[in-house]
Amino acid sequence: MVELGVIKGMDSKKNVMVFIEARHAKVNEVSLELLSAADRLSQELGGSVEAIALGHNLEGELNTLGHYGCQRVYYTEDERLTHFTSVPYAKTVVEMIKKYKPGIVLFGATTMGRDVAPRVASALKCGLTADCTDLQIGEHKLKETLYENTLLQIRPAFGGNIVATIVSPESMPSMATVREGVMKMNTADTSKTVEIIKEPCTIDDHDFLTEVLEVILEEKQVNLKAAQIIVSAGMGASDPETIALARELAKVLGGELGCSRPVVDSGILNKDHQVGQTGITVRPNLYIACGISGQIQHRAGMAEAKRIIAINKDPQAPIFGLAHYAIVGDVKDVIGKMIKAYKTKH
Amino acid sequence: MGLHLIVTVKQVPDTHNVSGDAMKEDGTVNRAILPTIFNPEDLNALEEALKIKELTGGTVTCISMGPPNAVEVLKECLYRGADDVILISDRRFAGADTLATSYALKCAIERVGKYDLILCGRQAIDGDTAQVGPQIAEKLNINQLTCISAVTTVDDNSITVKRSVEDGYEIVKSRFPALLTITGTANEPRPANAKKVMTYKNIGKELCNTSYDESYLTSDACAIVNHVKEWNVEAIGADPEQCGLSGSPTKVKKIQSVVLSGCESRQVASSDSGVAELIHELIEENIIG
Repeated sequence: MVELGVIKGMDSKKNVMVFIEARHAKVNEVSLELLSAADRLSQELGGSVEAIALGHNLEGELNTLGHYGCQRVYYTEDERLTHFTSVPYAKTVVEMIKKYKPGIVLFGATTMGRDVAPRVASALKCGLTADCTDLQIGEHKLKETLYENTLLQIRPAFGGNIVATIVSPESMPSMATVREGVMKMNTADTSKTVEIIKEPCTIDDHDFLTEVLEVILEEKQVNLKAAQIIVSAGMGASDPETIALARELAKVLGGELGCSRPVVDSGILNKDHQVGQTGITVRPNLYIACGISGQIQHRAGMAEAKRIIAINKDPQAPIFGLAHYAIVGDVKDVIGKMIKAYKTKH
Repeated sequence: MGLHLIVTVKQVPDTHNVSGDAMKEDGTVNRAILPTIFNPEDLNALEEALKIKELTGGTVTCISMGPPNAVEVLKECLYRGADDVILISDRRFAGADTLATSYALKCAIERVGKYDLILCGRQAIDGDTAQVGPQIAEKLNINQLTCISAVTTVDDNSITVKRSVEDGYEIVKSRFPALLTITGTANEPRPANAKKVMTYKNIGKELCNTSYDESYLTSDACAIVNHVKEWNVEAIGADPEQCGLSGSPTKVKKIQSVVLSGCESRQVASSDSGVAELIHELIEENIIG
């Protein structure tokens, strides 16, 4: 017996599916990063990379998915799906998962992904792990049953004080959300193509419960993801004078100002500046951590910087374990000296 | 018009202020020594509910699932103006992931019965998952509006809100019933009211744990509550199999305390010459221009 929608002779459980996020008819980068991760995971499982896309007039955009390893995309086209709304999107995704039965489904940990994924997991009564920083394939023994080829969902937990590996082998599929920038994007291979499979939209008008009255775009003041140099402030550099100096250092070096989570939580800088697991993951050429203790939560977002300078008054601060250059001293004083030294050289 | 508002609140360990000895030698968290606080964004959800009530009249009922001492956050709700508070507490709820948590809260909300809006904090600081709100909405089969940074207008049968998204914001409208998740930037939560603190600080808990009581309904009259209701698995009519660890599809395979990868760092003196040498070196290597 071949089940509906599942391709004959293939074990759909080996397939990894990615929820494609499109805003303003453009595929979000995080979806391409997830396809790249799905490509790696599906090779280990011996399955294929599939995707679910929803929207209106997206067809042209969807060809790009193939360049990142996506083999098939199930595309539900409907004008009513132009803007994201929770219930219609969640219901469509649930329907696609039930039809194509992938073993793993990945979502970007964006406002859209974090809205739709839990709703889908609730409807399917399956596991969902938020903000994973790593995904692997492994096994897990539960009571007397050994589950092979299950998704290991790895994330810092408890305010970043521990790293937890989460599994959900008893329910299908295993689902995870991943922040933008965490998974490395494959180099686009334009010779690869994707099969676009059109799906009918079966959502009833009654399920369109949210009316989108206005969409307002606001330009970001900072673009950490693209910055090659980031000067980042932690609580040890959060007084107004030191923040101002850190901002100045970022400016003279041609970089951007970042910060740790407590600085955002205290309302000192806005979320666009936050580096870390629940903020932005960055890979700059140079990262200068000023007064940042270096909790795993923060390190998850900057550990792959090519060079790291840590300035902290506490010689035991965990950030020094990661830094290429360690400066123990008064943060404000050292930043001031850096600005002076740089200006002197130019 | 009078709206029935439900707010879900959580007592959480203060993960932003974890000291070194909070970690046991085996790498697990020593919860016992951690101070607990009212989850910050749940306070924003409560504040938003109280503001809506001031506008439209009605009732604010707060529900929390947690151990017996979670009664403290519910008292905090009373101090700020909640009309009724309910603690969902039972050993069988322990070890719940977001799916089992949302199931228990859904059962409790159905027992409360009447509601127009459910307000939740966007996420709790001990897990940062932001999953419980949307999962409650799915289980109640109602609409959800997440990541709300402001309530624009409320009328007899609908609410219009500002939803923060990555590249700006959306103004969206939903009819009742709906569930909202509120962010920390939505408002400035009011402090406890001194008079209410005096009224409620010594109130006890009333166990309503024997069986499901169909007669319960949130009273429209805002009488002074004289106890915190405590409901167990039976009281909310929940299936024990779907609660706690047994109702949780996600399992923790392993927990590691954080081990620093051994990166050889070079000590740089904080003196003028030490810093100048480093900057010079980075310029030479074209790391900085």
